[in-house]
Amino acid sequence: MANSVSPAAAAAAAYVRRDMAPAEPPPITEAGVIGWMRKNLFSSIPNTILTLFSIYLVWIIVPPLLQFGLFNAVWTGLDRSACTNAAQGGLQPAGWFGACWPYVGAYVEQFIYGRYPKGEYWRVNAVFFLFAAGLVPILMPRLPYKGLNAAYLFGVFPVAAFVLLTGGHISLDGFLLPNFVLAPSFAKFIVDFAVLAALVALVAFGIARGTESPAWPMVRGVLMAMGVLLAVLLVFAADLGLSHVETEVWGGLLVTLVIAVTGIVASLPLGILLALGRRSQMPAVRLFCVIFIEFWRGVPLITVLFMSSVMLPLFLPEGVTFDKLLRALIGVALFSAAYMAEVVRGGIQALPKGQYEGAMALGLSYWQMMQKIILPQALKLVIPGIVNSFIALFKDTTLVLIIGLFDFLGMIQSSYTDSKWASPVQSLTGYLFAALVFWAFCFGMSRYSLFMERRLDTGRR
Amino acid sequence: MAAVEHASAGGAPKVAIFNDPRIRGAAIQILLVVLIVFLIWGMVSNAATNLARAGIASGFGFLNVTAGFGINISPFVEYSETSSYGRVYLVGLQNTLVVAITGIILATVVGFIVGIARLSTNWVVSKLAYAFVEVMRNIPLLLWIFIWYFSVLRLLPDKAAPIDFGPFGLLNIAGYYAPKAVFGPGAGWIGLALLAGILASIVIYRWARAGLIVGLPLVAYVLTGFPLSFELPTTSRFGPRGGARIYPEFLGLLVALSFYTAAYIAEIVRAGILAISHGQTEASYALGMRRGHTLRLVIIPQAMRVIIPPLTNQYLNLTKNSSLAVAIAYPDLVSVFAGTTLNQTGQAVEVLLMTMLTYLALSLLTSLFMNWFNAKMALVER
Repeated sequence: MANSVSPAAAAAAAYVRRDMAPAEPPPITEAGVIGWMRKNLFSSIPNTILTLFSIYLVWIIVPPLLQFGLFNAVWTGLDRSACTNAAQGGLQPAGWFGACWPYVGAYVEQFIYGRYPKGEYWRVNAVFFLFAAGLVPILMPRLPYKGLNAAYLFGVFPVAAFVLLTGGHISLDGFLLPNFVLAPSFAKFIVDFAVLAALVALVAFGIARGTESPAWPMVRGVLMAMGVLLAVLLVFAADLGLSHVETEVWGGLLVTLVIAVTGIVASLPLGILLALGRRSQMPAVRLFCVIFIEFWRGVPLITVLFMSSVMLPLFLPEGVTFDKLLRALIGVALFSAAYMAEVVRGGIQALPKGQYEGAMALGLSYWQMMQKIILPQALKLVIPGIVNSFIALFKDTTLVLIIGLFDFLGMIQSSYTDSKWASPVQSLTGYLFAALVFWAFCFGMSRYSLFMERRLDTGRR
Repeated sequence: MAAVEHASAGGAPKVAIFNDPRIRGAAIQILLVVLIVFLIWGMVSNAATNLARAGIASGFGFLNVTAGFGINISPFVEYSETSSYGRVYLVGLQNTLVVAITGIILATVVGFIVGIARLSTNWVVSKLAYAFVEVMRNIPLLLWIFIWYFSVLRLLPDKAAPIDFGPFGLLNIAGYYAPKAVFGPGAGWIGLALLAGILASIVIYRWARAGLIVGLPLVAYVLTGFPLSFELPTTSRFGPRGGARIYPEFLGLLVALSFYTAAYIAEIVRAGILAISHGQTEASYALGMRRGHTLRLVIIPQAMRVIIPPLTNQYLNLTKNSSLAVAIAYPDLVSVFAGTTLNQTGQAVEVLLMTMLTYLALSLLTSLFMNWFNAKMALVER
């Protein structure tokens, strides 16, 4: 505009502004902190009331919690006198109310290892380390060698963990032939195993002949599987100089992790089989799977645990006993297998029909189709679901304290009976600590599940 | 190739006997059935020998035997120490149902409020709702029950100095003392009027639903001469007197269960609302509706269709999770029946079977009802 006006005219009109006026800052009510607050917190009367109410809620919850957990808390001390007031026989002023962290410090080893012998803590630590070494790389989608990694985590690690935690050196003295043929001994076990392997190989041979497929690869596969089984059993039986540790003294985080990890690892293959069975064409198989899944999903875990601890021993032949932890593990595995089956079924059903038709058109058999086409895609789809079931299982593990196992929460509960640290704030401190630990674990896992969900989501679009 | 030759020759292709899908399917199924029958037979015969050896009776005769232990909470079913184990079962079932139903109502209310609050444009409100969800669902339910029952409720004042809520009763460490309804003569008419109000509002269900349910009993209340009064609990040195006492076991379990489930319901509600396209909101605003009306009349009814199936699952979870009552000795089904009764009689098979089948039946009933409700909601769709 200014350019179009002649210089003379411009000079004449001295009142005409030549330069742009500097930009005014936006009104203080529209920008910055105040503007944001006006827009987001106080835009209307109901909104203002809501904001004030929320702030009030935060005010009555957060400061007392911080007071208790941080500002009023005791950080050092040797026994209950540090966390009790004078009237209760302690050093604190009357009316003091804060967390007693030295109690947690004194018990933290028990919270992690339970009553595992002190000298053998390194074995538990080694298991934790081996687990982390397998788990961390498999969780990172960028890293290669997923197959080898999975083989380590689901094959090598469980064997190593079993040997390290229990001490191995289980006695193998035969299981098949009656005792009058051969006295129970290691030699009898080998003979029994050879007989069993021969029988299984014979069945495999028969099936191969019945389906007119070449017999040798099938027999070879079966024999290799039996060989691996024998190798694992021999490792279990080997005397590595580790002392035997009863499962009764296991406890704390160790038991929580053992139950949760075993539950999820055992439930995955079972769940896949059940999910496939539920979508099978064979009515008897389908019916069995539906009843199995719906039964376990319809009852509470606590009744399952009662069942495995009270009823299972009744169903076993005389003389056969399982220890308590193993019985709980069986219950947890069956229970979570039913949930896992539904997760996996979701993935299988999410695949378009063309995948099945394509696989069948290529002439793949049912198991080939499932192994090479359907399951790899379906399982990848349900990784977030699997992680979520793991979180649920991890939280549900706490229930085993009701049947008398000492998991992480169970150890904390049982530490309350110790008179050395007895104080009015002891239980609150213990629960606060348990809540923090569980929260950190579960929140971390749920973040991971979200991350995978987002990653897989973009992969499919 | 062989198959092609056969086909061209006009006969059916000849396959190995196990490669025929029908024969193979039949073989696998027969094998499975035989295996299951064998397993069950083995389990039953083992159980029979083991029970005989331990000298434990079998059968359901124990249900008529006197239980001989007391149960402190039994709001509806008559119970005393001389009652039978069958009665114990009823008391346990009643307590499970009471906590499950109140828990479901409370969890639904809290869950919907938190779920909607998470989507609020108000920053403080949405962050607070987010914090509620993440704190509640990342800590195990059993730990929540312990925290509420052993820690938070223990912080309440002792018997002599309860917190006074005025007309809403008293709260102290021994529980919550609610005003107790005292029915005078003619109070039955109010109940009848309430029933009539509900029936009438089902019949003419589009019109004045709430008005009928509240109005008819009110009219009956006035006409019968005010027969209903409330007895307020009063403080005394030895604890509150009068009123209806609600035990801390129930309170702790109820709050833990419903807040925990509410966090999941909140996420379901949020997902359901987000599933409704934003165009619905915009169209509703364009019609001049306010935010509250938009939410209540346009968004929620449509979101319900997405919400109901997972909501059913949460209701089932809450019902099953109420079995954790055993940890704080609230006398629910698992606690008094699968716990005390089992320990006293030793009849593990019968007791656990009854307990599990009860939960199974509850689950099936709930999912049947919710499926019916879902079908009804789905009819709204064109």
